[in-house]
Amino acid sequence: MLTAALLGGALLARAEDLLPPATPGAGMVPIPVGDYAPLLRTKDEPARVPVAAFWLDARPVTNAEFLEFVRAHPRWRRSAVSPLFADAGYLADWAGDLELGPKAPAGSPVVRVSWFAARAFARAQGKRLPTTAEWERAAAAGISGPEGAAEPGFNATILAWLARPTPERFPAAGAGRPNHFGVRDLHGLVWEWVDDFNTAMVTGESRGDTGLERTLFCGAGAAGIRDTSDYPAFMRAGFRSSVRANYTVPNLGFRCALSP
Amino acid sequence: MKIRPSRHGLAIVPVFAFALNASLVGAAEGTVAARPSGRPLAADLPVEMAVLTEAPHVPPAITRRHPAKVVVHLEVRELVKRLADGVEYTFWTYGGNVPGSFIRVREGDFVEFHLNNHPSSKVPHNIDLHAVTGPGGGAASSFTAPGHSSQFSFTALNPGLYVYHCATAPVPMHIANGMYGLILVDPKDGLPPVDREFYVMQGEIYTAGRHGEGGLQHFDPTKAEDERPPYVVFNGAVGSLVGDKALQAKVGDRVRIYFGVGGPNVTSSFHVIGEIFDTVYLEGGIMPSQRQVQTTMVPAGGSTMVDFKVEVPGTYVLVDHSLSRAFNKGALGMLKVTGPENPLIYSGKEVDEVYIGQASDAGVAASRREAELVAEKERAIAANPQIASITKEIQLERGKRVFLTSCFACHMANGEGLPAVFPPLAKSDYLKADKDRAIKTVLKGLSGPITVNGKPFNNVMPPQEFTDDQVADVLTYVMNSWGNDFGTVSTAEVKRVRAENK
Repeated sequence: MLTAALLGGALLARAEDLLPPATPGAGMVPIPVGDYAPLLRTKDEPARVPVAAFWLDARPVTNAEFLEFVRAHPRWRRSAVSPLFADAGYLADWAGDLELGPKAPAGSPVVRVSWFAARAFARAQGKRLPTTAEWERAAAAGISGPEGAAEPGFNATILAWLARPTPERFPAAGAGRPNHFGVRDLHGLVWEWVDDFNTAMVTGESRGDTGLERTLFCGAGAAGIRDTSDYPAFMRAGFRSSVRANYTVPNLGFRCALSP
Repeated sequence: MKIRPSRHGLAIVPVFAFALNASLVGAAEGTVAARPSGRPLAADLPVEMAVLTEAPHVPPAITRRHPAKVVVHLEVRELVKRLADGVEYTFWTYGGNVPGSFIRVREGDFVEFHLNNHPSSKVPHNIDLHAVTGPGGGAASSFTAPGHSSQFSFTALNPGLYVYHCATAPVPMHIANGMYGLILVDPKDGLPPVDREFYVMQGEIYTAGRHGEGGLQHFDPTKAEDERPPYVVFNGAVGSLVGDKALQAKVGDRVRIYFGVGGPNVTSSFHVIGEIFDTVYLEGGIMPSQRQVQTTMVPAGGSTMVDFKVEVPGTYVLVDHSLSRAFNKGALGMLKVTGPENPLIYSGKEVDEVYIGQASDAGVAASRREAELVAEKERAIAANPQIASITKEIQLERGKRVFLTSCFACHMANGEGLPAVFPPLAKSDYLKADKDRAIKTVLKGLSGPITVNGKPFNNVMPPQEFTDDQVADVLTYVMNSWGNDFGTVSTAEVKRVRAENK
């Protein structure tokens, strides 16, 4: 009994140490120090990559929040943005430069934003985009524990989402069930930009930056993969490697992160 | 060292190109020597838009005798479509259907390929055409995010029938979701002409639910890994080639089926019941490789062309002759041939009578006497209600045995039949309505359109070679199983109906 109490106290104290100490903006959730298992790695790379503690938005950025941003930063308005930084589909669901309209409800996640635009938004908030490692670390958590893969139906739920075509209008961001860390909608709402999206398939000199690995096609896609049955991880890696920084995609949004 | 493509590329290439042009002009101005391959440059070719067709249709044969630049626009769409009655699935399609649009070009054509990924798509896609000579068959060059479009070009160097498919990871999922189709590269001199051409592809679908489990089903990666598909189908759905959607031909037609297997995993033992392939172009090559073939093996990611002449009218059933796939998982289609009968080639049933084995006249007389005594015993038993109930139980057990050897293959062990193909017996209004008709159906068979529980069926059930006892037993079983409570059938009733229908 005494031992258990001591152990419990020790664990509690330790968990607090692991949390990022800084006080973030509202709506952010602390993700304690941990690690993540990359989908693709070379023989020389470790199976698990350490991830420092960080803060992550509890839900994706909404249309309303992005509207405030473009109001304050006119060069990111739809009519003003440079095609170098956002392709022709940029904010195409909005009714106008400063008008959301029926296809883009205020509380729904903003989509059709480029990586450049998402990054500019984050900077304006004093934040940044999460890295792939950070995003995957947070998204690997299940509802009841840090290892979603250990929970029955974890991957099946994601696959069920994949089986539904993109809706005309997205539901509100933040309506999903919070995961073990208190983060919502990492799965099942929209794809999300990460800061280093274009490094997904570039793995260092032993493979070379050839088309084969970069685009993960056909049977060759299974070479050097952590777990070839983790189909959702493949889909995320495939998605990241299919886009460029000025692309906008109808089901691709983002959320922000912050280092302590 | 890392090379930044911008500076170096721009600085070097123009100089090099200029030098090359200068030397060519100097050496052989105005001659075809500037075209070392001997083929005309793509810019010189006449341009045409590819005709794309939805299965089972095939674009018309290419009659021109020169190469062209053929422009293909193929759109990827993720759509909820019918997989079986009451079952839906989110298919990932090339052109809105499974299999994808049939593409037809000619050997030597220069193909400009546009892959358009619809904005509503959840994921990126690409295309690997087995007809392409080059890394990935175009896959790397066609990797396309939702709401974007990619373009690449290739010369169709090799004639033949080729599979194309999505090669985005995880590939088995993209293919199982329906991302495959056929591209035919007609040889320079064309293929031998036929009267009718059809496009059929087989693929398997790994639904999370069991075969027949209703609602919107999603992909199950574990079943895919284990290669345990609940569905193996032709042209993307159970029943896509039956009833009104059956392939149609006339007596005397030469028929060609362009048959491919998308997979992702299962090969096909392709067979047409009641036909023999006059010619098989094995594995989709253009040389006739075998004649008089009953069943031809088609690999996953492979194809075949089969030619045959249809001689007599009737319904010919396309199956994967690995038959559980046909009877239990959906790999079944139909070719309906209309026209005059030809009894010299096929007579239809000429004689239908009881066969009692090789026996002497005395033996025949003894059999008759035995039958009379058995009938007398039955009458006595029928008159005793207590024995009658035991008799019914015995009948049910014997009838179940008959059912599980002969009837279940079409009507299924659960009596549910196969939607749109074989009518159900369970809770069947057709069965309940008319006992004599049920007896006659088992004795004489049944063909042509009928309505069962409000759904149309149009198929052939052959006469069953059962004894009168067996007919009575199996019908009693069928009429008292799966919730049916339609009464019993006695041997005497079977004898009467048999006599009435001599």
